Amino acid sequence: MRGVGEVLLLLGAGWVLLAAVGVLRFDDVYARMHAATKATTLGLLLVLGGAATQLAGEDAAKLALVGVLVFLTAPIGAHLIGRAVHRAPGDVRIRIDTVDELRDAETIES
Amino acid sequence: MISAALALLWLAGALLLVRVVVGPSLADRVVALDGLLIVVICGLAVNAARTDSDLFTDVAVVIGLLGFLGTAVAARFIERRGA
Repeated sequence: MRGVGEVLLLLGAGWVLLAAVGVLRFDDVYARMHAATKATTLGLLLVLGGAATQLAGEDAAKLALVGVLVFLTAPIGAHLIGRAVHRAPGDVRIRIDTVDELRDAETIES
Repeated sequence: MISAALALLWLAGALLLVRVVVGPSLADRVVALDGLLIVVICGLAVNAARTDSDLFTDVAVVIGLLGFLGTAVAARFIERRGA
């Protein structure tokens, strides 16, 4: 059990490192957000699982609470930032794709 | 093995910090700081496992809650004032 936990810790830390490389290397805000949200969530869950195997019941429960919190709030936060960048006045340097469903939806609304 | 995990987390934190400093836009910095908070939570969890102390898990819960609040506030700011 202890060995499995340590492997999970190492795997999760590696995943978080991959996410950091993505945030550093990708081209625009949306791509960076993609790396920073999804990969870190998986890495965090792996680390928390690995740490929980080494701890007593109460502390493991607190780590599980952290996991649930981050799992719920990370996509909401990324959604808020993405929408804010899309609506922000002024020019953020982003790559314009041919498909922009949010713009289309907001044009129909107004 | 645990110290190797800590080393990887240090490296991840350093890379994210570079993105926070370089920017170029406010949104990039917010995204990178969000990732940095996750790295901090991971470090707390690893330390809790390493030292078998019950101090670290409480801090992790608080950071998990406050991190989202900060991101939400920053998103409101970007939406009004621009990135």
